[in-house]
Amino acid sequence: MKIHEYQAKEILRKYGVVTPRGIPCFSVEEAVKAAEELGGSIWVVKAQIHAGGRGKGGGVKLARSKDEVRKIAGEILGMQLVTHQTSPEGQKVRRLMIEEGADIKKEYYVAALTDRATQKVAMMASSEGGMDIEEVAHNTPEKIIKVFVDPATGLTDTQGLELARGIGVPEGSLDKAVDTFKKLYTCYMETDASLAEINPLILEGNGNIKALDAKVNFDPNALFRHPDIVAYRDLDEEDPAEIEASKFDLAYISLDGNIGCLVNGAGLAMATMDTIKLFGAEPANFLDVGGGATTEKVTEAFKIMLKNPAVKGILVNIFGGIMKCDTIANGVVAAAREVKLAVPLVVRMKGTNEDLGKKILADSGLPIISADTMAEAAQKIVAAVA
Amino acid sequence: MSIYINKDTKVITQGITGKTGQFHTEKCQEYANGKNCFVAGVNPKKAGESIFNIPIYGTVKEAAAQTGATVSVIYVPPAGAAAAIWEAVEADLDLAICITEGIPVRDMLEVRNKMKAKEAAGGKRTLLLGPNCPGLITPDEIKIGIMPGHIHRKGRIGVVSRSGTLTYEAVAQLTEIGLGQSSAVGIGGDPINGLKHIDVMKAFNDDPDTDAVIMIGEIGGPDEAEAALWCKANMKKPIVGFIAGVTAPAGKRMGHAGALISGGADTADAKLAIMEECGFKVTRNPSEMAKLLKALL
Repeated sequence: MKIHEYQAKEILRKYGVVTPRGIPCFSVEEAVKAAEELGGSIWVVKAQIHAGGRGKGGGVKLARSKDEVRKIAGEILGMQLVTHQTSPEGQKVRRLMIEEGADIKKEYYVAALTDRATQKVAMMASSEGGMDIEEVAHNTPEKIIKVFVDPATGLTDTQGLELARGIGVPEGSLDKAVDTFKKLYTCYMETDASLAEINPLILEGNGNIKALDAKVNFDPNALFRHPDIVAYRDLDEEDPAEIEASKFDLAYISLDGNIGCLVNGAGLAMATMDTIKLFGAEPANFLDVGGGATTEKVTEAFKIMLKNPAVKGILVNIFGGIMKCDTIANGVVAAAREVKLAVPLVVRMKGTNEDLGKKILADSGLPIISADTMAEAAQKIVAAVA
Repeated sequence: MSIYINKDTKVITQGITGKTGQFHTEKCQEYANGKNCFVAGVNPKKAGESIFNIPIYGTVKEAAAQTGATVSVIYVPPAGAAAAIWEAVEADLDLAICITEGIPVRDMLEVRNKMKAKEAAGGKRTLLLGPNCPGLITPDEIKIGIMPGHIHRKGRIGVVSRSGTLTYEAVAQLTEIGLGQSSAVGIGGDPINGLKHIDVMKAFNDDPDTDAVIMIGEIGGPDEAEAALWCKANMKKPIVGFIAGVTAPAGKRMGHAGALISGGADTADAKLAIMEECGFKVTRNPSEMAKLLKALL
């Protein structure tokens, strides 16, 4: 689960990480009031959307007067902000943060994430703050310092110093940097984050270390023990089809093609999408109905797929294990009837009671095309939508 | 022979009284020698009772001591599943198989590091399969997990995969063209897990009754590449490889928590290329996994 920058900073402050003072705003008036409340003579107006690259897209601007705050807030609020992480249409800006200015002497990067290979928490830092870290990793990998933290011990002083020295934090600010890294680590663990990133982490003229921008993502499996974090969820930032699907316990992801897919199991779903591509078309979605492909779930899945106007045909691929093929066939027939299916439907069923399932489809009177293998099913649906 | 388990394996079921645990325990009992294999259940609140004629004990340690069981299968819900794994490890079992889906990553991180610390201190090593996996089966001998038993046939082909239904797909293809399986192993779709592709490939390599292997992977993580490099130097048996997720976009979790492209080296294309370089017969068409394997024998 993703949250906004201002929310991430709220959480980081709870763990003692120093950030600039900032106030979230939903209107131009609120933005001007926030600038007054913060005081000073320079403010940063920051678009709050879940995608990164906001600065380059024109969503982060400096204001040197309250009039400028008003003008810039008016421009950014409501704009379609396009970044390398949004769709080509961009994401509508509905929230802003007005933040006090900072005296930036040097910009660093630091992040905590789970490393699959070592099964430890990787703390990564770089002297190249403020840049896209994937670019740094690609072009100058030697500028990224990594330590691997055992959850039983936590980030040690030695590891903290290795990071701070490695990225060139001056002697007088080392303690502050190590302290920030430790707090970031604690925050990462205690909130069940999947990524906690401060970019840039800045050194101020007075030697202080501050988090100028922050991004925290959370492990969806652990949200059950963090109702405070669930409350940060912003549905405006999520795909409506994915939200709808999650209500029915369906794993759904929108894609760019024109063939809807309904499959049980994540691996088989990806394999089905790949087979569609292999035969010259593109999948419109990933959709895993999971183990219990009931009539209700299949019906909802059909409705969600068909809301996408790009969908010109549907491929259902079910491996009947515990869930029997005849049960699924009944579900597919009922769903096709209920949604008055008007696009071609190819069904491939394999496993328990396969023949019974095929007979139910054939006897339904619906124009369902049957297939024996994934490859045959993909070829048939690609031909049907061509 | 087979890998990890056979008809003589004695199994404890943790979470036997839950809905999922009950359903699958019954299916496992019905399969091959299952009646004799599933010897104990664990539930501290129901110790002394029994279910499907299987006695229930208060702890894994007690169940193991009373029955001689060396393997456990875990259906405990996500919030308590990592603790259940640790209980199996503390009881010094040989193998714990965790079926549970949706365990918080932090819980798995903590239990995996505890397991490694125990081994480093000279404690007994317990293998972990999963979590979020279908389990494993040695056809006609024993099935531990949630896979449909009837699609399997006894034979000499090994199957290893992260995904449940994609494992079944490979198994059904093999059975259909007359090739049976020595063992089929689902290692699970989570980012922090126990046995990895490389471990299972080593076991198949050492198993005199496995002639060839289908290795199936997914986008995300370094595991398939690591296994491929090991196989290049050590594997004596032909391998067919498939990676799901050529069409998966970066940064999106494709159902499985572990199926998420994060770098650039963990895309399906990158993994397929490494596997091919390492001598695997790779395919982009998952419908021909078994056919390709047959051609290699």
